[in-house]
Amino acid sequence: MAQRPICTEIIRVDRLNLFYAGLQALKDVSVSIKPCAITAIIGPSGCGKSTLLRCFNRMNDLIEGVRITGRIIIGGEDIMARGVDLLSLRRKVGMVFQRPNPFPLSISQNITYGPRVHGMLGRQRSEEVVEQCLRAVLLWDDLKDSLNAPALSLSLEKQQRLCIARLLAVEPEILLMDEPCSALDPIATQRIEELMTKLREKYTIIIVTHNMQQAARISDQTGFMLLGELVEFGETRQMFTSPADRRTEDYITGRFG
Amino acid sequence: MERYYDDEIRLLSEKISTMGEAVQERLAQAVDALKRQDVNLARQTIAADEEIDRMELENEEYALALLARFQPQAGDLRFITNAMKINAELERIADLAVDICQRVEDLAGQPLLKPLVDIPLLAEVAREMIRGAISSFVSRDVETAKTVILKDAQADRLRNEVQRELVYDYMAKDGSTAPRAMPLLLISRHLERICDHATNIAEDVIYMVNAQVVKHHPERL
Repeated sequence: MAQRPICTEIIRVDRLNLFYAGLQALKDVSVSIKPCAITAIIGPSGCGKSTLLRCFNRMNDLIEGVRITGRIIIGGEDIMARGVDLLSLRRKVGMVFQRPNPFPLSISQNITYGPRVHGMLGRQRSEEVVEQCLRAVLLWDDLKDSLNAPALSLSLEKQQRLCIARLLAVEPEILLMDEPCSALDPIATQRIEELMTKLREKYTIIIVTHNMQQAARISDQTGFMLLGELVEFGETRQMFTSPADRRTEDYITGRFG
Repeated sequence: MERYYDDEIRLLSEKISTMGEAVQERLAQAVDALKRQDVNLARQTIAADEEIDRMELENEEYALALLARFQPQAGDLRFITNAMKINAELERIADLAVDICQRVEDLAGQPLLKPLVDIPLLAEVAREMIRGAISSFVSRDVETAKTVILKDAQADRLRNEVQRELVYDYMAKDGSTAPRAMPLLLISRHLERICDHATNIAEDVIYMVNAQVVKHHPERL
């Protein structure tokens, strides 16, 4: 098992506000996220969960009219500052989406694409990287004899695992997952959840999910968002047995949302 | 906002409340049988325990189904899990009422060793505590629950007094009083245990309502 880092905080968000062309989507969000843990962000549709997630790798920069104030400190650096190397940031902070999106390439090419772009790959290393990453997502035994097969020929669950493997190939520190299981059936979901609990030993995972039972099952910390505000944030066990805020209680007991 | 399954959750509360009333009735009958040395009433009370056992199993199964079907969280989770605990406590109280009735049978045909003074007082404390505990559960009333917990010290004092008197004033001085003293000693023990179960229920209610753990931590009251 990987040694846990001594630091207690891998991401610190400090009074983050985000506006989409005048409409405020995030309101004064401040939070500290633990390393090598799974943090779940829950809340009703439109509350700002995915918007917050996309802040961690500055994917919101790609949206026209976005204005952001506040700081996000990752590895001692404010990633919102001018001059931040976005390519390096997005290598360090990878993202998995709701719908699996493997490249229209072979299985092995999907994995080696990122390291090639980042100049991390020598000729001999590519086979090692492919095996290592597929083993990490528990796909090596299934796919080792068909690495040249199209990635799109895989089941949705295996495509999602492949997308995670693709992230791991560039040696990230943080994995962002935006409803990674919502396109999957319950058994596939369970397999992805098992993978996430295994990956937590080495990576920090932040997951946005509509599935509260999933958040309760797999996460170490949970944040509840409502109308752009981070209403409550804490240990998952505490949040799901005795939340401090009435709004959190009402949401997780199904009284709204 | 009302949820489509709120009625089903409320029904669990009603089931526990109904069982609580039945248990109180059994306890009242047991104490009555003791005071009047009424063996027939004691036997009827013993026979009626079957109904309490049935209710306990039914309530437990119902609660488990709620957990499985709705995966409750937070306040709902605390309510259902503590309702299950209270369900078990009530069944134990009913068993102790049966034990009291069995002691009444043991004493049948013999004159009482002494007039009953502290035992009826202890019985009344037990009834008050049970009544308060069940009421606190139904009304989610933390203050009533705290009152129940604080009353347990009185029950302990009364039990200790009964024990002291029977052991030192009777059995130690005259061993032949033992066959009549021991059932009374055991009855005081059963009543004190009933008070302990009432205390447990009250502690569970406080956690259920406030998520505050006072069990094993009376200083937090």
